[in-house]
Amino acid sequence: MNAIKNIIYNCKEATLLIEKKQISGLTFRENIKLKIHLIGCSVCRVFQQQSILINRMVKQLFHSNQHSNAKLDDHFKKELQEQIEEKLKKE
Amino acid sequence: MHMSSDSNTTGTLPGANTINPHQWVEMYADYLYTYALTRLNDEEQARDLVQETFLAALERIDKFEGKSSERTWLTAILKHKIIDIYRKKSSGFAKRTDIADAEQEQADFFDHDNGHWNAPYRPHLFGMEEKDPMANKEFISILQRCMQKLPSLWLAVFTMKHMEDESTDIICSELKVTPSNFWVIIHRAKINLRACLQKNWF
Repeated sequence: MNAIKNIIYNCKEATLLIEKKQISGLTFRENIKLKIHLIGCSVCRVFQQQSILINRMVKQLFHSNQHSNAKLDDHFKKELQEQIEEKLKKE
Repeated sequence: MHMSSDSNTTGTLPGANTINPHQWVEMYADYLYTYALTRLNDEEQARDLVQETFLAALERIDKFEGKSSERTWLTAILKHKIIDIYRKKSSGFAKRTDIADAEQEQADFFDHDNGHWNAPYRPHLFGMEEKDPMANKEFISILQRCMQKLPSLWLAVFTMKHMEDESTDIICSELKVTPSNFWVIIHRAKINLRACLQKNWF
């Protein structure tokens, strides 16, 4: 009885399982635990939805073009190439 | 320097990718700069890293095997430098104080006895869940600000996992965290980030 109570009420554990599920997947037992919890807990269902949303956004953010207009200035580039040529000559 | 994975090199194979440092800046500087800037959010640091990457690459040019493209090779060098920065930022004194603060902040999120959400901290729908959140600039900028507020070790773990899709083993060994601590960090970082979004979005 205690075990079931723990599953039903423990949102702290459920939210950890939600994270684990997205990264490494869950064991059979963990999966059942999370499913039971989510049936009864609308708050953690919202958490799960938002957790997935955040992960998706973060991935897109880093693979998107948010800094695609970022360019090094020409002066810096020119000096950098000169530095490289200098080093090449020494070898 | 952290390039141990390159140690078993065999020399350039015929017909493989070639390397031409005379064109590096023209071809890859902006790409590498963007790569670093996205991950560090610091223009000066990103610029320095591009420079360091080229110079480090010159030092080890004889190790270039031609198995990958020039760009992939340079990016791998840059990536190790970025991880070094994560590591430096997340070690030492700063690490302990910023983590303590963040832990304090979420100490009341769950009931201490049964682990249930405490009422003031319960997640509420953002109203963005069904839409394309990337279309909303304000939402993105709040997310970015919230990420910058994470303790540096948490941000490092979170970024390496979700951005680079790095394996958990590599993250643990690079950042010197135990596997169980890894899960604690992933969990806390997300709880913190989500709460920060909720607080600033409404």
